[in-house]
Amino acid sequence: MHNSHLSSLGEILRRFSVFVILLVICLVFALGSSDFLTASNLLNVALQTSIITIVAIGMTFTILTAGIDLSVGSVMALCGALAAGQAVRQGWGTYGGIGAGLLAGLVLGAINGLLIIKGKMPPFVATLAMMAVARGLTLVYTQGRPIAGLEQDFIFWGTGRLLGTPVPVILMASLTLLAFVVLRHTRFGLYVYATGGNEEITRLAGVSPGWIKLAVYVISGFTAALGGVLLTARLWSAQPNVAVGWELDAIAAPVLGGISLFGGVGGIGGTLVGAFIIGVMSNGLNLLGVPSYYQQVIKGVVFILAVMLDLLTKRRR
Amino acid sequence: MSANDVFLRMEGISKAFPGVQALQDVTFEVARGEIHALVGENGAGKSTLMKILTGALPRDDGRIVMRGQPVEISIPSDARSLGISMIHQELSLIPYLTVGQNIYLGREPQARIPGFIDWSALYAQAQQLLDRLNVDVDAHAEVQELSIAQQQMVEVAKALSLNADLIAMDEPTSALSERETEVLFDVMRTLEKQGVSLIFISHRLGEVFQIADRVTVLRDGQLIGTAPIAESDEDRVVQMMVGRELGEMYPRAEVQRREVVLEAIDLDDGRELHGVDLRLHCGEILGVAGLVGAGRTALAETLFGIRPAVAGDVHLEGRQVKLSSPGEAIRLGMGFVPEDRKLQGLFLNMAVRENIVISAMDKLTRWGFVNFTKADRMAREFVDKLDIRTPGLRQRVRNLSGGNQQKVIIARWLTLKPRVLILDEPTRGIDVGAKAEIHALMSQLAQEGVGVLMISSELPEVLGVSDRILVMHEGRVAGEFDRDQATQDDIMRAATSGKANDAQ
Repeated sequence: MHNSHLSSLGEILRRFSVFVILLVICLVFALGSSDFLTASNLLNVALQTSIITIVAIGMTFTILTAGIDLSVGSVMALCGALAAGQAVRQGWGTYGGIGAGLLAGLVLGAINGLLIIKGKMPPFVATLAMMAVARGLTLVYTQGRPIAGLEQDFIFWGTGRLLGTPVPVILMASLTLLAFVVLRHTRFGLYVYATGGNEEITRLAGVSPGWIKLAVYVISGFTAALGGVLLTARLWSAQPNVAVGWELDAIAAPVLGGISLFGGVGGIGGTLVGAFIIGVMSNGLNLLGVPSYYQQVIKGVVFILAVMLDLLTKRRR
Repeated sequence: MSANDVFLRMEGISKAFPGVQALQDVTFEVARGEIHALVGENGAGKSTLMKILTGALPRDDGRIVMRGQPVEISIPSDARSLGISMIHQELSLIPYLTVGQNIYLGREPQARIPGFIDWSALYAQAQQLLDRLNVDVDAHAEVQELSIAQQQMVEVAKALSLNADLIAMDEPTSALSERETEVLFDVMRTLEKQGVSLIFISHRLGEVFQIADRVTVLRDGQLIGTAPIAESDEDRVVQMMVGRELGEMYPRAEVQRREVVLEAIDLDDGRELHGVDLRLHCGEILGVAGLVGAGRTALAETLFGIRPAVAGDVHLEGRQVKLSSPGEAIRLGMGFVPEDRKLQGLFLNMAVRENIVISAMDKLTRWGFVNFTKADRMAREFVDKLDIRTPGLRQRVRNLSGGNQQKVIIARWLTLKPRVLILDEPTRGIDVGAKAEIHALMSQLAQEGVGVLMISSELPEVLGVSDRILVMHEGRVAGEFDRDQATQDDIMRAATSGKANDAQ
């Protein structure tokens, strides 16, 4: 009896090892800085983490099908710029602009998907090309200059609060919940796992993996666009060089959360925890006054340790 | 057999691929509720015929009649809706999904909200199917946690969930132990009684004669004949398959047993091996028998340094050695032909030449540059010596038959002139003709003084090929037999009970 109790505790530790890592990191920072464990700082962490989490949710879908979307950083920049530009320069208004930005994300995602399923390109290559194209288009569209002068309505989406909670945090929570339900309880979710697990078997079961893959890139395009719009709103302006390199954090979050790059394994909770490990690290290192050059090194080392620990606990099964 | 008992009739089926007539005017009949074995060497046309039946390949000529009605099967879903199901040798289950999810993939029961899955209905139905087969598998378990045999049962359950009344099974027993095979056969008999027709493709004639009602033999794309099992025997079927007399199945020259080349004392890997003692002499073939999970592969992998030993000594040619890695084992003169040649043994997309010479680079390189003339010469030497049938040294290994692929791996080890060669299931999935050649090769190696350790789940093979036989049970040696004194019964008893009886 006692023994089985222990082994189930071990099982829990194993299953949630990244979560334990997150708690340990939080504990270290809480001991190191009295400012860390305050409600306002934690809300701040959530706000700082919200946009990358939203992008990482879309990324999770592509990775679950054994794909990847390297274009998210550029797509964020382009869609954020489009939303601001159409709203301010073309006079489409806040919601016309945001609508245009989100629609562009869907279209760019669909192009990625079509290149992959119809053009038979490896996801890495197709989205790497899209990363360059979208960044270039952003520079063309903005002529390399920031777009400012957003209406208060627009800025609300990045900086406003509802019931004391920042709007991006509410969006992050809702999207995480939505992704959880979709992955756990719908056919589409099951087919995402099946496609990543084994595409050929999925095809033989009468499911078209092509459609599933197209859908996940459209989702990833959409979440990147949403992230871009929120970032624009938070910065009060669209910047052409924003979100460079964000694809790395968006990939790191699900990977830290135990989602296999080979597809078919992992859940959205892992992505959330992974994103918060990244967010908490940045926040905590800032609070401790660690210079930003060192922060990069420390973050990298913690990632390696986290993934190693995860692999070790899993291997022991 | 009266005409209305005929459930399926494939009539005058022909199929050509560029350069090959894969099937020529083949007629094949299956009765309702019968187990019909389909046998033939690799390339005889069995899989082509099955692909046509399941709609995976279009036929050039001929027609298919089911339940007395001509039917059109041009895509897989046609076959599925006619109640035809195929269980492939490579199991088509997704390891990370649960048993229930796999069974109903693509056909999940829908919840009230469109697009949502009614999980409780799905698992209840899946469990019901598994229970009908009388197998102890939990529908909630992830497939990767199941044994191959259990996965096989899940495949059968999946076929039943499609209301299949014709199930074709391609080598379903190739990865099963004898006991698991018995369980599968029980399931097959249960289905037969329920009126399901089964097509059983196997290279193991012993099993064909154990389970099937009738047998159909194909050779070179042509129908050689169909016969009731009761009116046939193994020799005749083999003869029909190969078109010639095979001679003795397990020819074996007498060997002089010489000095001990490999000795393990009290070997323990802390998981699956518990104190194994073993002695392998130069020039002998030591067979290792046992059920799946008895620790045979663990033994091979520990000896070869793939998994670390936590206790025990290993002596090679009288010297105590520490086998810490495969590289170390190779340097000491050992070779290992693994169980899964495609996964662990071959570079499938590389040429025959590269696959053979890759371990012998020391002999072929100078200042890091490969001498390809020498490489060609070396590869050619072994292709000739082992009679590897390939269009050329540049042919990708992927395109060779199973038997020839296995010879390529053996050739790679021979380039290193090993003192000990360990083979794990060397003839799994290999047809009768090539099997005999692999056996002859092992025997030849032994005669040249190599110590050969062969793991096999096929008792006739173990009994036919080995000089001595080691039987394992739950990580221990449960019995040791000389070739002449061992019987199938003795080995099975030791393998299942762990007691060798009065043998030693």
